[in-house]
Amino acid sequence: MASGALVATLLSPVSDGPPTLWEWLGRNWDTGRVDSIKNLLVDHLIMSLVPIFAALVVALPLGLASVRWRWLYQPTAGVFNVIYALPSLPVFMLLIQFSGLSKTTVIVPLTFYGCAVLIPSVVDGLGSVPDHVRQSAVAMGFTPLRRLLQVELPIAVPVVLAGMRVVAVSSISLVSVGALIGQGGLGMLFTRAYQNPFVPPALVGIVLIVLLALVADGLLVLAQRLLTPWVRARRAT
Amino acid sequence: MRRSWQGGRGPCRERKRSRVITFDDVTKRYPDGTVAVDHLSLEAPTGEITVFVGPSGCGKTTSLRMINRMIDASEGKILLDGEPVQGIDPPTLRRGIGYVIQQAGLFPHRKIVDNIATVPYLLGWDKKKARTRAMELLERVGLDPVMGERYPFQLSGGQQQRVGVARALAADPPVLLMDEPFSAVDPIVRTSLQDELLRLQSELNKTIVFVTHDIDEAIKLGDRVAVLRVGGKLAQLAAPKTLLSEPADDFVREFLGHDRGIRRLQFISTEGLRLRTDLTVPEGFSGPTDEPWLLVVTPDDRPVGWISRERPDEVEQYGTFVLGRDSMRSALDAALLSPSGCAVAVDEAGKVVGAATREALDEALAEAADG
Ligand SMILES: Nc1ncnc2c1ncn2[C@@H]1O[C@H](COP(=O)(O)OP(=O)(O)O)[C@@H](O)[C@H]1O
Ligand SMILES: [Mg+2]
Repeated sequence: MASGALVATLLSPVSDGPPTLWEWLGRNWDTGRVDSIKNLLVDHLIMSLVPIFAALVVALPLGLASVRWRWLYQPTAGVFNVIYALPSLPVFMLLIQFSGLSKTTVIVPLTFYGCAVLIPSVVDGLGSVPDHVRQSAVAMGFTPLRRLLQVELPIAVPVVLAGMRVVAVSSISLVSVGALIGQGGLGMLFTRAYQNPFVPPALVGIVLIVLLALVADGLLVLAQRLLTPWVRARRAT
Repeated sequence: MRRSWQGGRGPCRERKRSRVITFDDVTKRYPDGTVAVDHLSLEAPTGEITVFVGPSGCGKTTSLRMINRMIDASEGKILLDGEPVQGIDPPTLRRGIGYVIQQAGLFPHRKIVDNIATVPYLLGWDKKKARTRAMELLERVGLDPVMGERYPFQLSGGQQQRVGVARALAADPPVLLMDEPFSAVDPIVRTSLQDELLRLQSELNKTIVFVTHDIDEAIKLGDRVAVLRVGGKLAQLAAPKTLLSEPADDFVREFLGHDRGIRRLQFISTEGLRLRTDLTVPEGFSGPTDEPWLLVVTPDDRPVGWISRERPDEVEQYGTFVLGRDSMRSALDAALLSPSGCAVAVDEAGKVVGAATREALDEALAEAADG
């Protein structure tokens, strides 16, 4: 698509010619059909947010176990990296056998991808706890569980949240691949734009996906500021 | 000299007495075969500072950590007031033993006040009381209360170390373990932290085991000093004074260094020092004298300076020591400071009580060398 044509579409006056981007968005936002942009946006949110949190839920215990039993780390990280490397299409083909053309078929691989990033984050985060801090927690009389919850995990938060930011942005972007099986959220707009060559759907898709990614990233940065004032204070001095 | 908070309030009321720590033939062998501590038997008495000193790798940290079970002994027993620590659940044991380490080990994600309140929180005190107690301790170790709301990295190394001491004292444990707590700060800060510890100890009377590789620190702080040699064997256990005057063997002698004699001076009292009281004269004195030096004093007995027979209008520098309280080291220091070669003895109030001449100092040294 030539950029000249793009600009022309955006700027073309309201007339009987092809509709502008905003006209098109307004007309398709809430049509009441399943493929209204509003519904696609909701689908997109579900299919990207569920894997982010599911990945955290899976990566946390696996990361903790990898720290506790060092030998577990390489095999665990290896398995998730291999899954990460598999092309999406055959993965979908395989999963369709179990979950059909549903959102689950998109959510599951994205969760695995998230784990591939978050397991090392959890391990590195716990590794960022200085040894003298861990030792002094032991010496003060923390039980292992309490030490984990009150000392080690809080200190690991900045590193884990940095991983979460990567996962959030990549999940939001990767959901569109689900369009291959008719579950792409906003990604569906790209197929639509391709099927009947027409720019606005693609443009709306891109803008909304980028916006979603920015908002998610911003929220995580906010969470980081609220959860770890001691890191912000460090930067200030 | 006990402060009020030790007396009758809250959980302080259940405060245990200080405790005696006993090493009974303790050996620690690490899985790789390293023998870090070799048949160690000694006692760290109640209310005293016992210092473990020795070169790096001689097993000081290992010995210390066996007391609170961060490391378990391979053989032998460690007793707290006669009770084997091996029988006590580690977290419970540790909450009753303060621990201070070199890098302070403060929790970076918690404010200073919450760092200090760590053990009270673990013991289930209510938050407000724990924080009040933490603020008390903050002041007690000489820090400004505004520091309470800061995070550890906003404090200097010396301040962090003070917080480390405050945290160790928060639940008022009878026992304090300190592993090279002042090694990472600069010499001036180190000296003030050492003085602070001695001051606190004179009020608290904890049973303290203090680990250092610095013999000067050991001699300054220890009521008793255990010198360890590499391989984890006890070379000598003695009061600092005895250590300096009667080192058990060549290893200890070498470890004490070549200025061992000079260090001994700080353990020789000035109490019996022979003083001359006939050398003091009032300001403006100009009469004839046989003495080469005279000490000018104010009407209320404060020293002004020395004048010589040759040049009676030039008042020269003087040095003082507090008779009976200061050691011979201070007395000699005072003598060397003045061209007269004499040291001015003053009482606690700073009034001149006499002058120690070279002859008098000589006599006292000769006596100390004999005894
Ligand atoms: N976990 C361990 N495994 C094997 N050897 C150790 C371990 N910890 C300490 N050591 C060894 O035990 C000896 C005593 O160590 P340590 O108690 O740390 O000495 P210090 O505190 O006096 O420097 C050293 O030789 C050290 O290398
Ligand atoms: Mg050590």
